[in-house]
Amino acid sequence: MASLSQTFPWTSGAKDDYRVCGVTTLKVDMHAERLIIANAVMAVVTLALGGLFALLIALTRWQAIHLLDAAWFYRLLTLHGIDMLVAWVVFFEMAGLHFGSTALLNARHAAPKLAWAGWGMMTVGGLMANFVVLFDPQSIVTFTAYVPLKAHPLFYLSYILFAVGALIQVITFFINITVAKREKRFEGSLPLAVFGLMTAAILAVYTLLEGAAAIVPAFLWSLGMFDYYDPGIYRNFFWGFGHPAQQVNLAAMVSIWYMLAQMTVGIRPVNEKFSRLAFILYLFFINLGSAHHLLVDPGLTFAWKAVNTSYAMYLAVLGSMMHAFSIPAAMEIALRAKGYNKGLFGWLRNGPWNEPGFSGLVVSMILFGWIGGVTGVTIGTEQINMLVHNTLRLPGHFHATVVGGTTTAFMAFTYYVIPLIFRKELKLKKWAVWQPYVYGVGSALVSLGMIVSGLQGVARRNWDITFAGVVPGTVELSLAIFGIGALIAVTGGIMYITIVLASILTGPRKEPEGLLLVSGTNNPLLDSTKLTDEQMEDKQNQPKGTLVLVFAFLVWFAVYYLTNWWLLGRTWFIR
Amino acid sequence: MLAPEKIWWKPMGRMEKTWLTVAFVWCVFLTVMMPLWYFMGKQNVPTETYRTTPAEFAAEVNAFVEQYKVGEDTINGITLPVVEAPAGSDVYIRASTWQWYPILQMRKGETYRLHISSMDLQHGFSLQPVNINLQILPNYDYVATIVPTSTGDFTIVCNEFCSLGHHTMIGKIIVKESGE
Repeated sequence: MASLSQTFPWTSGAKDDYRVCGVTTLKVDMHAERLIIANAVMAVVTLALGGLFALLIALTRWQAIHLLDAAWFYRLLTLHGIDMLVAWVVFFEMAGLHFGSTALLNARHAAPKLAWAGWGMMTVGGLMANFVVLFDPQSIVTFTAYVPLKAHPLFYLSYILFAVGALIQVITFFINITVAKREKRFEGSLPLAVFGLMTAAILAVYTLLEGAAAIVPAFLWSLGMFDYYDPGIYRNFFWGFGHPAQQVNLAAMVSIWYMLAQMTVGIRPVNEKFSRLAFILYLFFINLGSAHHLLVDPGLTFAWKAVNTSYAMYLAVLGSMMHAFSIPAAMEIALRAKGYNKGLFGWLRNGPWNEPGFSGLVVSMILFGWIGGVTGVTIGTEQINMLVHNTLRLPGHFHATVVGGTTTAFMAFTYYVIPLIFRKELKLKKWAVWQPYVYGVGSALVSLGMIVSGLQGVARRNWDITFAGVVPGTVELSLAIFGIGALIAVTGGIMYITIVLASILTGPRKEPEGLLLVSGTNNPLLDSTKLTDEQMEDKQNQPKGTLVLVFAFLVWFAVYYLTNWWLLGRTWFIR
Repeated sequence: MLAPEKIWWKPMGRMEKTWLTVAFVWCVFLTVMMPLWYFMGKQNVPTETYRTTPAEFAAEVNAFVEQYKVGEDTINGITLPVVEAPAGSDVYIRASTWQWYPILQMRKGETYRLHISSMDLQHGFSLQPVNINLQILPNYDYVATIVPTSTGDFTIVCNEFCSLGHHTMIGKIIVKESGE
């Protein structure tokens, strides 16, 4: 097999400690490998914790069951936010950054000690947050800890430790790339996936600095060093951290989409320029979206809110819509080039639907775009936000993006990390075939149940809505859909964790034999290099089906968006 | 995942150009909708805000209740004043853990300047079932100019977490026909 890795000599000396992967022919630095494993393990641990809490709080909001008492509900809600929205995704992203900055660039990890220090701080910070919230009733402040709600100083310290640790690991990503370039480990431009990860890393630096701007003063304030911390200022800085943290997810997830598509159907990006421009749009505009959380806050003008909430001119949305075309288009071309050419969607029917990397990718793209993206843009519209702010529609939106989208993609990617990086055989493959579907159906129902409840005015972060006395029977139904969805999603989560644990804890270390897990013995990564320009441009292979899909998406987007303006027009006059 | 060709800056294909143009036009439309509604629409997010302090705002609320109190009602077993000010006046609601004070009475179709502020933590003003939601912060006097367009009893739910009794924080607005 031809080598995919570039053939520059590695600088000799003790610094170089690597193996060559038998499947991908990429060089894997051993320091990077251990860092990837350590971060991935912590990601799975925090996911398991967050998932357990998810189950308990969902069964509480399911009004017919109403499991926990109020204090435990709010306590576990706090931890669910911290463990899922921050710990799980950031740990996984760190694993991704170490992978992208070494193996994909044919490079070594240039600062392993620094990275370990960062990992250690993140681990201590993450576990500390869990302990503080579990054992200190004062620290039940939910994930956002809105000032003047005052938690224990250790609560803020745990956030700071985690954020600084993450920042340090992100810095090693930049160090690795700089060193790799200087040592000429790769030539020319970064591969597209690394370019996307670089976007995520740059966004992460900004995000973590904003986090410091919010949390460091809160820490000093909780110690009593000053008396008054303006709640509006806190919100501004907190969301400069909280929202962009999810944009880091987005950029990392889209990079993983490109990788999954290449690893399972052997795509070649349709147009590198097009895809890279889309990442650049994220880089410049997406962090303005922090304003989404401040749309009905006092003290801000219409102009400030409108410019920021729309990412200047929905330019970050444009970036996502470009990826939404370019990834399925590349998949369509690759599959058509293999001869699946019948009709508009023959290629899609013939996709490897039993390959978790493929099904996970498709589930993730559908839930992220069709539910998460559409609802996100709509509720991020300045005036429409008045109908939505702090109702269950809000978590309905971000459970579609972060759970159905990001988490599904990260889970699917894990199944390939286990043989390639952990070098363990993937166990329970049959489960892995089903897991993306189970998890996807569950998280879709969670989102829809929340959205429909929120449309009827049900508040988020509320232990018992029956106090309001305005709960129609239809809310009971939509909350039950949310609860049933949560049970299914948690089942999918347990399947994932069982597969991962069964694979990494049992059996001997084993060099991987093939890239695909169930759907064949070919190597799509290698196939992708054999796609010729002629095949890419062949009239037969053009992505007609994808074009139909994206236009259908646009119609759905417009219907949902305009319906919300209509709903707004029916409520009381307010200015 | 793999290194791109040396020169990857190539013209886009016809389909990419089509989609990019359509998507861009859609983005422009999304952008235009907000200012359009700002000038033409009847439901806009209030922006009028004044600096205040909990003590100062509480004094204003008390003076308001004293002047315009018309009755009493109970929520969660606590007796609260029902207050009705003439159409066009400034009316006040005070948020504190875990109470909305007082109960307001309004007339359909009339305009009111509704002041809301918090005495302690952040709260969420969520008027149901008309589903209007605003964030309420301490030290910020948030003024919403509102016109009720329907009659009945409306519930104010708190939808920002304000420690353990958060879900018990319920308030009320009563809207009657003008002539009643």
